[in-house]
This record gives sequence, C-alpha cells and structure tokens, in this order.
Amino acid sequence: MSEALGTNGLVLNEPLLWERGKKGRRAFSMPAADVPPNPLPAELTGEGPDFPDLGEIEVVRHYTRLSTWNFGVDTGLYPLGSCTMKYNPKINEKLAGVPGFAAAHPLLPTALSQGALQLMHDLERFLSEITGLDAVTLQPAAGAHGELTGMLIVHAYHRSRGRQRTKILIPDTAHGTNPASAALCGYAPVPVPSGPDGVILPETVAALMDDETAGIMITNPNTLGLFEENMPEIARIVHSRGGLVYGDGANMNAVLGMVRPGSIGVDILHLNLHKTFSTPHGGGGPGAGPVAVRKDLSRFLPSPRIVERNGVYALSADFPESVGRVVAYHGHFGVLLRAYAYILSMGPDGLKEASRFAVLSANYIRERLKDVLHPAFDRPCMHECVFTDRNQQASGVTTLEMAKRLIDHGYHPPTIYFPLVVHGAIMIEPTETETKEELDGFIEAFRSIVREAGENPQALREAPSRTKVKRLDETAAARNPCLAG
Amino acid sequence: MRYLPHTAEDAAAMLETVGVREIDGLFASIPEGCRFTGRLDLPEAFSEWELERRMAELADRMAISPEYLLFLGAGSYDHHIPATVSSLAGRSEFVTSYTPYQPEMLQGTLQGIYEYQTLTARLLGMEVATASHYDGATALAEALLMAVRITRRKKVALSRAVHPHYRQVVRTYFAPTGYELLEIPCLETGLTDLDRIGECGDLAAIAVQSPNFFGCIENLQVAADRTHACGALLVACFTEALAFGLLKSPGSQGADIVAGEGQSMGIPRAFGGPALGMLASRKQHMRSLPGRLVGKTTDRDGKRGFVLTLATREQHIRREKATSNICSNNSLNALTAAMYMASLGGTGIRELAALNHDKAEYLKDRLREAGCTIRFAAPTFNEFVVGLPGGFEAGHRRLLDRKIVAGLPLGPYYPELADCGLICVTETCSRQEMDRLVREVIP
Repeated sequence: MSEALGTNGLVLNEPLLWERGKKGRRAFSMPAADVPPNPLPAELTGEGPDFPDLGEIEVVRHYTRLSTWNFGVDTGLYPLGSCTMKYNPKINEKLAGVPGFAAAHPLLPTALSQGALQLMHDLERFLSEITGLDAVTLQPAAGAHGELTGMLIVHAYHRSRGRQRTKILIPDTAHGTNPASAALCGYAPVPVPSGPDGVILPETVAALMDDETAGIMITNPNTLGLFEENMPEIARIVHSRGGLVYGDGANMNAVLGMVRPGSIGVDILHLNLHKTFSTPHGGGGPGAGPVAVRKDLSRFLPSPRIVERNGVYALSADFPESVGRVVAYHGHFGVLLRAYAYILSMGPDGLKEASRFAVLSANYIRERLKDVLHPAFDRPCMHECVFTDRNQQASGVTTLEMAKRLIDHGYHPPTIYFPLVVHGAIMIEPTETETKEELDGFIEAFRSIVREAGENPQALREAPSRTKVKRLDETAAARNPCLAG
Repeated sequence: MRYLPHTAEDAAAMLETVGVREIDGLFASIPEGCRFTGRLDLPEAFSEWELERRMAELADRMAISPEYLLFLGAGSYDHHIPATVSSLAGRSEFVTSYTPYQPEMLQGTLQGIYEYQTLTARLLGMEVATASHYDGATALAEALLMAVRITRRKKVALSRAVHPHYRQVVRTYFAPTGYELLEIPCLETGLTDLDRIGECGDLAAIAVQSPNFFGCIENLQVAADRTHACGALLVACFTEALAFGLLKSPGSQGADIVAGEGQSMGIPRAFGGPALGMLASRKQHMRSLPGRLVGKTTDRDGKRGFVLTLATREQHIRREKATSNICSNNSLNALTAAMYMASLGGTGIRELAALNHDKAEYLKDRLREAGCTIRFAAPTFNEFVVGLPGGFEAGHRRLLDRKIVAGLPLGPYYPELADCGLICVTETCSRQEMDRLVREVIP
C-alpha cells in the first residue's frame, strides 16, 4: 500500500487584514507629485475609507498564507461534476499578461485595436465551427450570463413574430441557472421529467409543448452524464409548435468534434470557456459564456458585433433587432484569449482526443466504483458518472460525510446532492487531464471510505480532520449573517 | 498533446477495465444521425513557441503605452498595478480553484472574499457588499432589479450622465420585464438635474453616477433626499472606484444601494474585461442582494472560518425564484481588488486619489490656457469634458497620427456634445506627457 496523498503539514494562522498593520505603513510605490496640490472643496471630500495600512511584506505573507489554505487543480484532482476542472495551461496565463492584451483600453479606436478584434473574430469562427452554429457573440461573462443572453434572444424572437409566449420547458436535471435565467425574461419554467433511462423522452416533450411555450432549455450531455439521444426528435417537436431549442453547453467537454449541436436541432447554445476550453475558474470566476446561434437568429445577438471587411476589423452596432449590450465592453477578453490559445494548442484532433479521454476517464471511475457505490443508471456515461447513496443508507452514512472524508485523503470532493433527481447524488467528472495513477488513487481513497463507512462511520462524521478548519457551521452563518468585519 | 497524459498502455488498461475495445465504443449512446463524422475545420495544433509568436503578432497590433500616449478613461482606467498584486493574485491555489462549495479546503478564497466584501463596504460607506458581479454595468442592472423587488414598484429612472454603455445594459436587462425606464436630463453644469426626480412619479429607484460619465462630482446627498421623498431607493453608481479615496462615500450621503466598476483596484484593463462588478447595500436589504455572499462562522472546535452564505437567495437552491441567475462571478478579480486596497491602505488610497485629482486639474488648467474649452463648471475627479480648438473630432484625429489618443469623442454618445471629448488623467501620466498633449492640441 503506497503512502496516502493527504497528510498533515505545518499550516500557519493568519489574521484578518485589519487585525494587522500600523498607521503609516504602505505596500505601494507612490509616484512623486509632479504637479501642485489642488484640493477639492471641503464639502465634497470625505474622511477616506477605513483601510488598514500594511507593509509590503505583510501583504505578501497574508495572501501567501491564505493561498496555502486553498486547493486548486494545480494542487490535485478536483472532480466536481459539471464544472470540468481540467488543467489550466500555464502558457495561457503568461499570454494573458502580454502588455498588448493586458493594458489594452476597450475604447481604443478600432484601427488601434486590430489585434484584439482579430483574435475575437477568429475565436467566434472557431466556436461556430465547433458548435455547428452560424454566428457567435463573445459578450456574455459567464455560463449563466450566456443563458440569460440566450433567453433574451428567445424573447426577442417571439416578440418579432408578434406574439410573446409565457412558459419554457426545462428538464428536472437542469442546473438551477436555467430556470433562474428564464425567469429573468419572464418565462415560467415547466419541469420536464426525465425518462426511466435518465434522458428526456419525445412523448413527454410533445405532451408539454404548446403555443404558449417559448421553447426548451436542454443540457446535452445532461447532468446525469448521459447523452440526450432523442435530441433531433425533441427539436422537431419544439420547432413544430413554433418554439426554439436552447442548448446549455456546460457539458460540451464530452463531445468536441463528435457532436455539433447545431446539426441536431439546437438553435441557440452557450459554451463555458472556463469548463470546456480550460480557462481557470478563479475561485468562482471570471469565466466566459459565449453564445452561438443559427443564422436567422443572428440578427438578435448582442451588439456591437465584430465585422470584418478585407482583413480590417470594426465594431458595428447596426443591428436594429439586437437584444442590446449585455456587458459594458466586449466581454471577458482576458478569458477569451486563453480559450483561443487553448484551441490553437489543441488543434482539431487534440480537442476530439480531449473529449474521448474525458469520457474514458469517467467510465473508468464508474466501472471501478460501481461495486461499492450505486450507479444512478446502469449504462455507460459520458464525461461524468453519477452515483446514488443507496448502498450507504443502511449504515446511515451520508453523501456529505463521504465527501468530507475525501478531503482528508487529499482530493476535492465531487459535486454532491446534484442533480436533484438523484438521491444523495455523487457526481464525478475527472476530466481528460488526469493521469491513470491519479484516478486510481482517487478510486482507492473512495473505496476505503466506503469500507470505513461500515467499520468506523464516526471517522467520516468527524471529517475533514486534516484541514486548517474542521467542519464549518453553515447554519449559524446563515442565521446570523456576518458579511463584513 | 501534453495536456493529455494518457499513454497507449494506460488507455488499453482503462478500456479493459471498462470492458470496451475502443474508446469509440463508449459513445454508442449517441445515435448515428447525431454524430459529426468530419474533421473540425480549425488550425492545426500550435507548439507553445508557435503560439507565443502568433499571440505576440496580435498583441503588437494594439496601441498601448509607452508607444502611445493615452488619455482614455470612460470606465476603464490606467492605474499602476503593484508587482505584489499581480504575483499574489496569480498564485495557482487561487487561480485554479472554483466556487468554494467545500469551505474547509478553500478558506483562502473565502477569507479573501470576506475581506474584499469588508473593504468594499468601507470604501463605499455601506454595510454589506457581495462577493462580486461581472462588471459595473451588470452590477447596476442587478441593483435596479433588486430595487424593483424591494419596493414592488415597476419604474426606475437613470441619470443621463450614467455611463452610456451601462444604460444600454440596463435597457437590455429590463427589455423583457415590462418595467419602465426613464431618463433624468443633465444641466449645463454637467450635473444631473436633480430637481426632476420629483416629477418621475412612482419610482422604485433612481440611479445617479458619481463621479458621473463626464467626470463631474454629483451631490448624492441631495439626490438621496429627493429620491427618498418619493419613496424610492437611491442607487449610486460609479465607474472609478478610486475616487472614494478622496470623495465622500455614496453611503455617507444616503445611497441605499451602490453599484459600479472596481477595475481601478489593481485589475488590468484587458480590453474591457474581465473587470469587477461591485455591489453593496444597507444591511436591511441584505436578503434581496443578488449573487454570492461570504459570511463568518465557526468550525466544530470553535475556530473562526468562512462559508458561502444566504444561499437560499440563489439559483442552485431557489431556481426560478432566485434573486439572480448568477453563478460564476468575478471572484479572482474581487480577491485582486482586496490585495490592491490592502496594498494602498487608508493612507495610500487617499494620497493616490488626491494625486489623480491634482494631475487632472493641472491638465485642465493648461488646456484652458491653451484655448481649449472646459465644457462643464462642476468639480471633477480625474476626467473632464473638453472642446479642442478647431473641433474635437479633427483634433483627435490629428493627434492620433502623432500617437496620442486624446480621450474619447463624445459625439456618438451625446449628440449635444458632438464637439467635445472626455479626457482622463491618472497617476501614470507625467507632467511632461500632459505638457506634450497641451503643445500638440494647438493646430
């Protein structure tokens, strides 16, 4: 038995910023004043914010110590289902820091920003090719923002046809962002139950789809890690009643170069560049959520849009039916350029290989855990595998307790209790960038936790025990919120 | 491909375990008719070195300092970013983690965001701040939707001196809601005509930006008094967060919600994004806030720790009844902003803000002496509206040939200011550079 990955080390305490410092210290190289002082009228000025004054070494130590309390993909396996925590290439971070990109002002005259515009125009074409859809906007700032943009397009489409609709179909396995995004556009979500095999059945959609329904939002592969194999038929039904098909591309990492959503009936699709295209998740963003649409919907895309003529790029707001701007400038350009660099690094074959190994890795984990954890569906999965807590119910050990125990072993837990339709769900997405040895270590750790659940459940209830803090009281945090010090 | 570590031997062993002969066998659930059988029409894979060269070619086609002398602000500001901030914010433990769903292993991000919320609340004079939004424009749109939820009124008014792009984003967000948007005009001074607030009727909120898009410092106290007299909420907006190092905070003047852009706080301009949406409110409105919030708590041993909290407002719990659809926000930029605010400190931010103001005043005075028109009389922070001798557009174009970007022409945004532009000066601009602009503006 090799040594466990998780271990104890020296962890340093670190106070809050304002519990440190002394008045008069600074960690900033203040430029000398080369102009005379010119004070504002006193009635306009305030006291200035009550920030602590810290020395440079204090700031450096503070955040270095905080960083050691964090776990990232660079630290270890981070198999959060539906989050696609793949490796974030270092070269892309370096490229994002190139002054021509990092220091570029968003309102530069277009003649002086051809490089960024060309990059974005190329990226639009790449994403269009990958999705099989005709036009792309790069403005949306995150996946949920892409969903909102997509719903705005659906709304604009129905308005343009002279009659707005009131409802939208959303499978019961969907991310919570789907109904929340639809609700922002005034659509009442109608849940679509999954069939017995975990996929949506055409007859279910046919029974729900009517002339008051704007369309369907469908994640494919879905959050159970299954391909929605009835997609073309579902799309046909929705289209026949005048609706649109919105594809949530959060799980595109399973099918790059193998399925093009535009070819199977999807009208509008968002991609999460921070999932499928390797840009870092940043502890909760920034991401990017470009939206691709079929040709006749391109007139509704956010404006301004990048237009090219004879190799010269410009921004045009001449799209009278556009839903308008969804961000202040051009979207998360710093994220877009990392995704662009990733696509160029991978090439067409590399992207397809990524999906193939993402799916192989998920199936490998599924196969090696299915005798101890109960698979939600008895069939091969795509990029993620989902288990229920059925086998653990007798011992009374919960999914949460197993997840917390994984932390002691040195792994980030999978997504848990989602999708909602799976009891005690454990949703594992290893991604293609993990070695077999890493997957084996995770599998062994999970198997040992399942054994421990039978033999010594108390160890699970006390987990995590190797982290800087033990189990945190989330109930107390919500009951008496303290959001600032 | 170096990002894919699987050897042929690994793949064979994994396939054997799974019980299929080829990886393609795992895709059997995808019907034939759904498969793409071609090869994606994308460039062939680049090596790391080819990629660097390609990106350098693109980056070289961007006008940046020092080759160009730029006086562009308008919501995206050129401030010095300490090497410590870039270095610390680039630590991969922060960069490669995700939303802290497992708080015990992400205390670094969580304490960092709690500190960000605290410093942001102090900067804006409010009691609570969210963990971040995408940018100032979306933060403003969400703030106005929040005001609609709180007041249950269906009409909001925005000052015409709110950043034009922000107003466009608000219009986009409001288009499907049926809520009404009104515009409050500006006076000849460059300030919002606050006397018009009372005429707007049954409003949920008034949005006033200060410093406003023209750089002018609004009287938020008067705006708050007039707004509250109508039973509405004052949403104070901003694009230049550094201003509050010097100016009265929006909270101290009676704002109920504050929303704006935090890019000035150590975040590269990056062609406009990712930036940082800052959103703060009074504690009484805390449960109506959109987006993530980090709260303080204790662990089983009674030790201090931090968690995501008040999740019952959010999409993953409340779905269509959530206060927002936001999931990924701009967390890393919020952390970066906290690092920057900590680096400046209370003493530093005041000094830096004053320096920005003084430099802008210097340039304003020199331009006036050189025959330029300073369009508005109201006091400004670090940008101002100017007319150039011989016309702004012509002057702007002529200076571009000399590698000077003399601000932003305002014609496309404000037809009434077609002969003016918005000039910005920060601490990065030396007196010699400002003097050069003054020399060159004279035709």
